[in-house]
Amino acid sequence: MISVQEADFNLSTQYEMLRAKDNTDGAIVTFIGLVRDFNQGHDVTGLFLEHYPAMTAKSLEKISERAKERFKVNQLDIIHRVGQLALGDQIVYVGVSSPHREEAFACAQFVMDYLKKEAPFWKKETRKDQQQDIWVETNQKDKEALKKWQ
Amino acid sequence: MIKVLFFGRLRELLDCSGLEISDFEQTTVAQLRIELANRGAKWAEFIAGNNALAAVNQEMVEENSLIKSGDEVAFFPPVTGG
Repeated sequence: MISVQEADFNLSTQYEMLRAKDNTDGAIVTFIGLVRDFNQGHDVTGLFLEHYPAMTAKSLEKISERAKERFKVNQLDIIHRVGQLALGDQIVYVGVSSPHREEAFACAQFVMDYLKKEAPFWKKETRKDQQQDIWVETNQKDKEALKKWQ
Repeated sequence: MIKVLFFGRLRELLDCSGLEISDFEQTTVAQLRIELANRGAKWAEFIAGNNALAAVNQEMVEENSLIKSGDEVAFFPPVTGG
């Protein structure tokens, strides 16, 4: 399941959706990304997530297909929110079910690393010390994260 | 005719979310960048640089990828989702 949405999501609901599907599952790994209060040395009070609507779901589908080819997983769900978000809000959800934990952990990390490099979302932050909202720059850590999968 | 879209910081810098090029012959992404750069100083600065990624029909592409009539091209800054 892949969804790009303004609405919030609920971990319990997502977890039950993953759990009910396959009796060969031995592990479920979930990841949630949140809006945090600092970035690149600035106090952040909220952010707006812009995206390229025609491309976002397609791009997440592609990442999901690649992940499923690479890891032995049964179910892979991705939710990414767009629009105005406040501090502490949930941004992104990745849920993986698999016969084994190693594959489930690795798959979730693989999806997040590629999502941060390829999926067309852009964050614009509201910061305490700056009057205008600021587009977030990519950081070196995210750029290099893909190396471990190559 | 092709449609060209701009997103994120690039859309704001160019003050343009998209445009249509009607008189169009098959070209490459690199060539389209050069044509767009002719629209003015801001365009030359932000489109020609390495800071704008390109997608054709919602797939990321390389500079030598072909663009043909009917395609949707997009330029945007490095992504920052997640």
